[in-house]
Order: sequence, then C-alpha cells, then structure tokens
Amino acid sequence: MTSKQKIFYFIYLHRTGLTVTGLSLALLLYPVFENNPYTLGLTNLIAINAIVVLGLNLFIGYAGQISLGHAAFFGLGAYGSAIATVTFNIPAWPAMFLVAGMVALVALIVGIPILRLSGHYLAMATLGMNFVFHSILLQWDEMTGGPSGFAGIPYLSFGSFAFDDEIRLHYLIWGFALLALLLCLNLVRSSVGRGLAALAGDEVAAAALGVDTRKTKVKIFVLSAILASVAGSLFAHTYSFISPDSFDIFVATDFVIMVVIGGMGSIWGSLFGAGLITMLPEWMDIFETYKDFVHGGLLVLVLLFLPQGLVSGIIDNIKIKVTLRRRKNAET
Amino acid sequence: MLTVILSRAHRVSFQRGATHLMFQDFLQYLFSGLTNGAIYALIALGFCVVNNTMGIVNFVQVDFVSLGGMLMFSALFAMGLPMVPGLLLAVIGVALTAMLIERFGLRPARSDNHLVLIFLTVGLSIILRGIIKLVWGKNRMALPPLTPDVPVKIFGASVLPQALWILLLTVVAIGLLTWFFYRTSLGLSMRAVASNPTAAAVVGIPAGRVRLTSYAIAGALGGLAGVLVTPITTLSYDVGVLLGLKGFAAAILGGFGSFPGAILGGLALGLLESLSAGYFSSAYKDVVAFVVLLLVLFIRPTGLLGNK
Repeated sequence: MTSKQKIFYFIYLHRTGLTVTGLSLALLLYPVFENNPYTLGLTNLIAINAIVVLGLNLFIGYAGQISLGHAAFFGLGAYGSAIATVTFNIPAWPAMFLVAGMVALVALIVGIPILRLSGHYLAMATLGMNFVFHSILLQWDEMTGGPSGFAGIPYLSFGSFAFDDEIRLHYLIWGFALLALLLCLNLVRSSVGRGLAALAGDEVAAAALGVDTRKTKVKIFVLSAILASVAGSLFAHTYSFISPDSFDIFVATDFVIMVVIGGMGSIWGSLFGAGLITMLPEWMDIFETYKDFVHGGLLVLVLLFLPQGLVSGIIDNIKIKVTLRRRKNAET
Repeated sequence: MLTVILSRAHRVSFQRGATHLMFQDFLQYLFSGLTNGAIYALIALGFCVVNNTMGIVNFVQVDFVSLGGMLMFSALFAMGLPMVPGLLLAVIGVALTAMLIERFGLRPARSDNHLVLIFLTVGLSIILRGIIKLVWGKNRMALPPLTPDVPVKIFGASVLPQALWILLLTVVAIGLLTWFFYRTSLGLSMRAVASNPTAAAVVGIPAGRVRLTSYAIAGALGGLAGVLVTPITTLSYDVGVLLGLKGFAAAILGGFGSFPGAILGGLALGLLESLSAGYFSSAYKDVVAFVVLLLVLFIRPTGLLGNK
C-alpha cells in the first residue's frame, strides 16, 4: 500500500467517526461566521426536529413500524417541561429528565397494546393517540392554557449562565442533537440495531433468528418517545411559549415526511430530511399557499421513485450507473 | 292531611314526569348515536374494502368524506341541481376521483412494501386535502339537509329528518354492497382476493380491476358519508379527518376487515359517544373513540367480530 492508499483506507475505515468530527467542528465554528439570530433560530429548529426525526427513523426505518403520533411525545415533553417548571417550580434540568422518564412510561403503557398490531393498525392507532393528546391540550385549559397556549417558560441555565440567546442555544441544542446522532449511529451497529434491521426486513425471519420482536419494538418505541420528549423540552425552553398547534396530527405527519425524504433507515438522512423540510418555507414564497402540495408531492414522488430516500436514492442510482458504465468499458 | 296527600300525589306525578323525561333523553341520545354510528359505519366499510383487497390502511378515505360534501355543495349551488341528482353526482364524483388516485397515485409504486404503500396514501391524502382547500377555500360552509329541517317527534324525542335519511341511505348502501359482493362476478372476485390474494392471482383474477373497484367503492362510501353528515356538522376542507379517524376506530372495534364488524363497530361507537356525551361530559366526546380504540387493542385486538 502506498501512503496515499493508506490515507484513503484510513478515511474509508473511519468515515463515520470522521464525518461526525467534521460536523461537530463545522457546528462549533458556525456561529463565528453566521451571527444573524434569525438564521441561527432556523438551524436551531432544524436540530430540534432532527432529534425527533432520529428517534422516529429508528422506529420506522429500523424497526419497520409506523408512527403518526410522535408529535404527541414531542408535545408531552414540551408541555411537561412547561408545567413542571412554571406550575410546580421544579428546576428546569431535573424537570426535563423527569418528564422524559414519564413520557417513557406513557410510551410503554401505550406501546405494549398498540405494538401488538402490525403496520396498518399501528399507523391509525398512533394517529388516534396524537389526536387524543391534542384535544386534551385544547380542553384542559386550567393546566395547559388551552388554545391560547402556555407562556413564560424559563430558559435553561447553569447557575447564572442562561441559554437565552440564539448562539448559546445553538451550542445547547446542537449538542443534544449530536448526542442523539451518536446514540443512533452506535445503536444501529450494536447487536440490538442488527436485530432491529432484521425486524424491518422480515419480522418472521427475525423472530426465527432469535430476535424478541415484540420486546424490541416496544423498546425502540420508548427510546424514540424519549428522544421526542427531550426535543420537546428543548423546544419549550427555547421559545418560552408553546401552543397546541405545534403538536397536532399534521405536525406528526410532517415528522414522518422528514423521515421518508431523508430515507427510512438512514441516520444521516434524518438530518437531511429535518433540514430540508424545515428550510422549505424559507426558500419558497409561494410555499404558504401550496404547502400541502409541496409536502404531499415530495412524499409521494420520493416514495414512488426513490423509496430509499432522496439522498441515498440518488447516490444509489449514480453508483449503479457508474458501475454499469465501468462494466461496459471493460467489455469493450 | 289533605295537603300531605296532595303533595304526595304531586310528587308521584313529578317522579313519573322525571322518568318520562329520562326516557326521552335516552331516546334522544340513542337516535343521535345511531345517526353518527351509521356515518362511522359507512366510513369503516370503506376502510375495510380497501384493506381486504390491498392489505393497507387507506388514509385517503378521510378526504373522500370531505370531498363528498364539497361536490354536493358545488352540485347544489354552482350547478343548481336538485337534491337527488346532486347526491348521485357527488357520490359518483368521489368514486371516480378515488379510481384516479388508485390508478395514477398508488399503482405506479408497484411496491408490496406496506410501509411504502401506507405512507403513499398519507401523501396522497395530504395532496387531495390541498386540492380541496384550494378549490373550495378554507371557510366553513353550510350544506342544506336533504329535506327541510322540521324535527319529527318519535316517542317524544325530536329527530331531524336528515338523521332518518342517514339511517335509510346507510341501509340502502349496505344492501347494495351485499348485492354487489354476493350477486355479481366482480364482487365474487373481490371476495376471492380478500380471502386469498395468491390463490386469486393463480386462477387469473385481474388484480388491477379489483383494486380499482375497491377504491371506487371506498370512494363512494366515503362520499356518501360526507354528503349525509355535513348538513349536521359543517362543511370544511378538513371535516373528514376526525370523522375518518373515528370511522377507522369503528372498523377496529368491529374487527378490521369484517363487513358486519364495521357496521356493528360503527353503531357501537356512535352510541357510546352520544351516551357518554349525554350522561358524563361533552368536552371529551371526541376522545371517547380513541380511548375505546386503545382499550379494544389492549383487550381484544381482533375486535368484536374479528376472526384472526
């Protein structure tokens, strides 16, 4: 091996670690170049969505299940943190973990009966769950503030250092997003993750190979709910105001669209999907009127032509074309 | 002495009046429950038809309901048609839309991955809702009932004629469906596909036509539900979402895929909802359906009449 080949081999071998390091460095330096609070606010929102989408992608892409109800867990996290800190005066950090624990419990209780069912029941059952959650938010107004929302949520802080401007929030939220990313990247490479991938491929075959399919599904459902809850808490502490509209069933479908566009079962794709769908309204003025067409159309087109996701689909197609051309050249 | 007797007599007659009132209330809840239940049953049947032939949950069903109401609105006010042709036009219009959606939205996927197909119906539903929003706008509209709103007294409970129409037309629709599935060859092939898709393909039953028909039926049922229910609720581009979700809950309650189950589940859910709203609280009326759904999944995942 020449030294050049050695370097390439090293890069190839450590591609995931290097990409994560590169991404972290880029994110570390990002606020130095970009100090427009509006843009930073947008990238922060991408990170919050990415945390939800990472968890949801584990559930959809790796466990092969459908959830149209993750906006409920997201909302439980947000309202949980809001109520715990404002109504019950619990400090923000313990409240966040307490709420995550309670959401895990809720996911467990809801998940055990729901996950008995195969895909299509699941889709509707989770959608129903999200609907129930949203109506409770609207109806129980002495606790949640009802349709007018919940205001005055404090910022997260360490002592007197509060995460109250976009740059500080950038480091906080992206820190959490990177943690979630590392967790997912490592999880899918562990034995649990391999079992999950088997589950997505063929449930019967996975069970025959010794994967406890039901337990695995519930576990991953709970994990994705915890991630969504943490993202929700961050959301509440970032904007200090939340309202039921951020957690309705249409938001839940948006999360699914992010997963599908990024590629079901693609961890890096989750970041891309969250980024694209969050940024779309910024890039297009006509977006407000045609939001449904853009979202629905993207979803349908990606599913019809690139079911493995926008990025991995295009990369796969290019790879196939390159290989075919090489073979043709070799033949001639 | 006399006053005691008088007051006692008065009390007795008052109690009689109270039980009479209670009975009236109960009848009132019963009728409204049955009316809603019939609507849920229609939607649930639409879910079942598609599930039986394609093995997926068809999320577009939700928007068939809104589209039915919208087409009826246009037929009545833009085209000036009378009630009956308007109703037929709306139902046929939704059925045709459903066929277009199946042919150009779902079939090109050529995928048997359920995840892909179900998400595809989610996407198509978002697009259809977008179209409805664009064509008819976001405002709430009022659709007139089939016959003028003069309440009919039945055993002291006042019932809207529209409720009677709903019950009658639901029975007619169920009758037509039964006739179609048991008396026509296309219905026979659809039952064959539902019972064993592979065997049906082996004996040469055209899968495409069966899928197209199942979508048309689902569209017609959803459209009919929309035409019938929107004079009672109001008409808006997303009116179908909640109704559709409840219809699905009804389908699960009855046992997903079973036709009698869908009807029974619909009626049971409608009654449960109106009784709970009447005797407990109407604030969480919409939540009842989903609590029932979760309970059924927990206790008896195959539903009331499921046979898996």
